[in-house]
Amino acid sequence: MTGTTTQRLGIRTLGIATLILSMAAGLAGCGPAPRGSGINDPYEASNRQTHAFNKKADSVLFRAPSSDDTRPPVGPVGHAIGNVGNNLGLPSMVLNSLLQGRPEPAIKNTFRFIINSTLGLGGIFDPAGTRFSLPESTTDFGETLHVWGVGEGTYLELPIFGPSTERDALGKVVDLVIDPLNALDPDPRLVAKAFRLGARVETRKKYSATVDSVLHDSADSYAQSRLLYLQNRRFELNGEERNDAAAYDPYDDPALQ
Amino acid sequence: MPQPMIPMTTLRYNRRFILGAGVAGLAGALVPGQAFALNDSQARALIERAVTDTNAAIRSGKTGPALYAMFERIFSKYADVNVIARSALGVAARQASAAQMAAFTKAYQGYLSRKYGKRFREFIGAQFEVKGARAIKTFYEVKTTAILKGQAPFEVLWQVSDRSGQDKFFNLIVEGVNMLASERAEIGAMLDRRRGNIDAVIQDLKTAG
Repeated sequence: MTGTTTQRLGIRTLGIATLILSMAAGLAGCGPAPRGSGINDPYEASNRQTHAFNKKADSVLFRAPSSDDTRPPVGPVGHAIGNVGNNLGLPSMVLNSLLQGRPEPAIKNTFRFIINSTLGLGGIFDPAGTRFSLPESTTDFGETLHVWGVGEGTYLELPIFGPSTERDALGKVVDLVIDPLNALDPDPRLVAKAFRLGARVETRKKYSATVDSVLHDSADSYAQSRLLYLQNRRFELNGEERNDAAAYDPYDDPALQ
Repeated sequence: MPQPMIPMTTLRYNRRFILGAGVAGLAGALVPGQAFALNDSQARALIERAVTDTNAAIRSGKTGPALYAMFERIFSKYADVNVIARSALGVAARQASAAQMAAFTKAYQGYLSRKYGKRFREFIGAQFEVKGARAIKTFYEVKTTAILKGQAPFEVLWQVSDRSGQDKFFNLIVEGVNMLASERAEIGAMLDRRRGNIDAVIQDLKTAG
């Protein structure tokens, strides 16, 4: 690593560390944010415009010619690119788990990263997941914010990235800035980022049947995407719904009788 | 429109903890048995059978319409299609005639099987395991884990009731995504598009999904 890189990195790391510490200090002791509820979408009109744009972009880039196409949506090369890209996402997840004060997923993802980078030939294969029972413990800075007590905010649909919330959108921006891959020299960093993007494309293709169904076959794909995202995200962050008294029972719903 | 999505103040509950604590953690979470006609083991048994049939359908190697037809048979055998259809229609179910309800339910069953059949592709290769059951109000929620090689296991909850006269499941919650809530939003959107005309929605359902 050159002297200038080290210096630049040092200043930036210091800046980021200060930012994170000041945020953490402001939020310390708050505990995780409570589960979001209902749908808070004051920007629905502009979100719907973004959604229409995303749908068009998705059609152009990804839509399978026929939903009954039985070929696997991702070939071996795409699969390898996805694995490498996902492997390169692990350092950022380790960092986030540490910021959340959760050592277990940090340790697991560290071992996963080491195993797949070596035995898995730079992440092309996934022996950690298939042979060592170390699947990815997925996390991001949006979850870190949640753990620090930041509420989800309003719903947002982001261009290209899709469904999100104010908190998760901020998390995406911070994740870009604090990604440990930024410590790489410019050329390998660019390659790494290209693989990260490749992994996103692979994920979209892998779940093409479901994404196509939600995005292109729904009567109101905006409302469906929003509901699915919010429910799934709340489950990821807060776990299973345990409020039994409020559980919906269609056999006792007076509106249906 | 009332959302069947379950709101929402709740114990803070960490999924990783539950997965880590496994059966021990689950046993602690079980609500003590109450006097239901349906019991824990019956609810589990129903979902065991549904899961066995689903695993067999996945292993059959069938795809497309042949697979959707298998799902439709599983669905009509184990799910209370009538109450799911009623719940999806929401208040519109009250205005529908018996003939309209019957036609809607029939079209809706085919639609659901196609729609979820397509979305099921990513489950291919998954094995479902029943992990436990707990009582909620007058029904049971059976927890299953779907295991896909190399991926973190994911959770599918099946809500089971005997209030149709038979033990049937009436809702599925996949990684937090509640089928009844999602269906009510979608059928509501279809009704809006047809200005509340159920007959038009029934026609749409025959080709949708």
